[in-house]
Amino acid sequence: MSFLEVNGLTIAYGGKRVVDDVSFAIDYSESVGLVGESGSGKSQTALALLGLLPEQAEVHGDIVVDGVSVIGASAKQLSRIRARRIGIVFQDSMQALNPYLKIGKQIRQILLWHDLATGDDADARVIRMFERVGLPDPERQFQVYPHELSGGMRQRVMLAAALIAEPDLLIADEPTTALDVTVQAQILELLEELRDNTALLLITHDLGIVAGHCERMLVFESGRLVDAGATTSLFASPGHAHTRALLDAAPRIDSGNAPAPVNGRTILCAEAVEVTYRDGERGQLHAVNGVNLLLREGETLAVVGESGSGKSSLVRAVLGLVPMISGRVVYAGASLEGPVQTRPVAQRRDLQLIFQDPVGALNPQMRVQEIVGEPLLVHEPGLTSSARLDRVRAILVKVGLEDSHLRRYPHQLSGGQAQRIAIARALILEPKVLICDEAVAALDGSVREQVLALLRQVQRESGLSIIFISHDLAVVRSISHRVAVMYMGCLVEVADNEQLFSQPRHPYTKALIDAVPVPDPIVAPKKAALRGEVGSLLHPPSGCVFHPRCDYAKDICKKEQPEAMNVGGSRVACHRAKEIDLTT
Amino acid sequence: MLRYALLRLLGAIPTLLLVIVLAFLMVHAAPGGPFDDERVLPTDVAANIQAAYHLDESLPQQFFRYMSGLLRGDLGPSYRYRDYSVSELIGRGFPISLQLGALAMALALIVGVSAGTLAALRQNKLPDRIVMFFAMTGISIPVFVIAPVLVLLFAVKLHWLPAGWSGVTGPAKFILPVITLALPQIAYIARLTRASMIDILGRDFIRTARAQGLGTATIIRVHALKPAMLPVLSYMGPAIAAIVTGSVVVEEVFGIPGLGQFFVRGAGNRDYTLVLGIVIFYATLIVSLNLVVDVLYGALDPRVRRR
Ligand SMILES: Nc1ncnc2c1ncn2[C@@H]1O[C@H](COP(=O)(O)OP(=O)(O)O)[C@@H](O)[C@H]1O
Ligand code: SF4
Ligand SMILES: [Mg+2]
Repeated sequence: MSFLEVNGLTIAYGGKRVVDDVSFAIDYSESVGLVGESGSGKSQTALALLGLLPEQAEVHGDIVVDGVSVIGASAKQLSRIRARRIGIVFQDSMQALNPYLKIGKQIRQILLWHDLATGDDADARVIRMFERVGLPDPERQFQVYPHELSGGMRQRVMLAAALIAEPDLLIADEPTTALDVTVQAQILELLEELRDNTALLLITHDLGIVAGHCERMLVFESGRLVDAGATTSLFASPGHAHTRALLDAAPRIDSGNAPAPVNGRTILCAEAVEVTYRDGERGQLHAVNGVNLLLREGETLAVVGESGSGKSSLVRAVLGLVPMISGRVVYAGASLEGPVQTRPVAQRRDLQLIFQDPVGALNPQMRVQEIVGEPLLVHEPGLTSSARLDRVRAILVKVGLEDSHLRRYPHQLSGGQAQRIAIARALILEPKVLICDEAVAALDGSVREQVLALLRQVQRESGLSIIFISHDLAVVRSISHRVAVMYMGCLVEVADNEQLFSQPRHPYTKALIDAVPVPDPIVAPKKAALRGEVGSLLHPPSGCVFHPRCDYAKDICKKEQPEAMNVGGSRVACHRAKEIDLTT
Repeated sequence: MLRYALLRLLGAIPTLLLVIVLAFLMVHAAPGGPFDDERVLPTDVAANIQAAYHLDESLPQQFFRYMSGLLRGDLGPSYRYRDYSVSELIGRGFPISLQLGALAMALALIVGVSAGTLAALRQNKLPDRIVMFFAMTGISIPVFVIAPVLVLLFAVKLHWLPAGWSGVTGPAKFILPVITLALPQIAYIARLTRASMIDILGRDFIRTARAQGLGTATIIRVHALKPAMLPVLSYMGPAIAAIVTGSVVVEEVFGIPGLGQFFVRGAGNRDYTLVLGIVIFYATLIVSLNLVVDVLYGALDPRVRRR
């Protein structure tokens, strides 16, 4: 008998089934991946395994943990299963940890409740666990509140909490989705290292993670388990069309045909741009530090880097949404100056921005036709309302939506539709430059591929230039012509797509690329290439900002800030770019 | 933190000054003087008394005389209780009112928080309905109605408890006044606790605690109580003010020789200095207790602490 057996599990709300007749089993010490698009019922299944579904959920079927039935179990039986038999790590560590309680106390309480330790002994065990999950200075961390930690550190705390009672099964529900790839790689490696003989149920939308970390996989599609099997065999020959579709939509960083470089005129040029923010009484925060960058007509330039590397601040300064401390930006021969409201109308319509959160960015009180037509009211006030509606219709067709969407409100749209609306709204003025700030980050694989295809098509038809900010390097690999890599406000490398991914010249670029999971079980995950986390922008490191995390750092790196130089087709800011070999 | 408390303290000074000025003006604007009695005094005697209490001076002069006394902690003589200063009278009445108020507040917190928590845990079920029914009733009935009803029921009809204060020894005399004073606060705190407890119990970190196997009582005690108490803590300022106001009525109804009774008598007798003194004393008390509440809030919520 397996450790966990699920038979005919069905979960419904008000008669609507969100999990439908699902059966699977998990053996001791095996690792199973659970994949599927958002809303396919992955999290609901995980909650059901621990008896954590809300009261209004109608649950049917059997869940048996080591001979004990979870459905209909008494509070006492449930309490014995939770933490001691099954531990769980949730996605959003900021919400999942108690913000009002020191993290040491939160974890210690688990030991006390289950009578696993008392008093000083419990404290000592928590501190040992903190040490194991790699929290620096574990004794001090005991007294720290969750908001004082970075996202990666908080997820380590979650892992400590899930493992402290030594469960037989660890469930991790999108444990790294909110994290940077580099931190994700660290956490996944830690997970492997710590789990030992603990079985793992890893829930993710990222097939790369499943490929690297799970022996078996389960595929969900709208509440149903449509495919299951060994990871290697499902990747090689999917048993179900949905598995095939998921695999097709998973971009690979290590192959595929990178778009060839574009040789257009320079349309936008940033010179020595510097952006700082005041952080209360704590001082100046250097968000963008002397960045030089140019955008060509008709090209997609990706800007990548960990969160806090200054990607958004850079484009915001270009758009005049935040003040530039120094430097200048030239668009079509004229310099862009001052806050956006004071800029000439023509400049404003030529540069458009779309954000990550598609639904949140749209006014909930307005219908699609008003949202999309609104920019015309400002920029082409002479238009009659029927002419305006025609323009809205035309652009909706272009982004693949129908007339039936015209009268909907944002909440009546799916994530992909909402993002198309945001794009339509940006494109209706026929801008020359479109800036996408994590515009596809919240979208599921297949929908994301559709939106990317749309961007490519618009670009082909109208020669649009796109700045594409993303933390997802695999997506960047498939969409961009050139790539700029930022770290702590500095531009560390710029190169053509193929050049950058096949032959990175900056140690940070290399580390970023290595951290991206490859959706192929044959390719073993690389060892987490980057130690530590991004430092504080209040006190950036001296010399090369990357030196505290760089394996190649020498004395000069601590003293002098490297100048950008051309090395074999890349522009790199690294003292040692010419001598070091990063191809291995 | 300390700096924050000091800043708040400084910020309280203008508030207090305003209260003093307004109270001073209002008391003096009331028709009639403290020595207008049925028994008409000979004019020269009246003039002497007026002069002795500086009532012949102009209003600004009187104000500055009063303020300079206040700065030395002197609230002036009582016009009616001729041998006592206002400070002495407050010293006599306040300990009794303080006992009453503190007991009422403690009762309101214990019963209100427990009832609210229970209601939250059994949301929309029978216990919740019962608690919410009593809370609604408690909020809508004013103290001056509750007091006589309780007296009628428990003292006059059932003879369980004394109806008044005088002549009674032992703690029994506290029971009815404290309950009367606490009831509306119990109702309010129960509603507040229920709402914030429901909010907190729906948070993700409570789900995490459940996933760790912890029992409901432990989850409430360790994880939920502190954050759920923050709105209740913010309500402590208004609650203290409400209890002070309520005590004026309660002391009068039950014949308790506390500060509230002095206040009512003082107002009836046009005892300017006494009324003024009590207003200022209570204003200072309420402002400082609000300050304590604010500081406590910072201590409970780690995210505001570092501001
Ligand atoms: N409390 C609830 N009431 C009604 N529907 C819910 C509730 N919780 C989740 N759902 C629905 O269940 C479906 C599956 O959700 P979930 O398991 O979170 O998906 P996944 O984890 O795969 O993204 C979604 O359509 C979601 O809207
Ligand atoms: S300059 Fe030095 S520290 Fe910076 S990336 Fe190059 S080798 Fe590493
Ligand atoms: Mg989920």
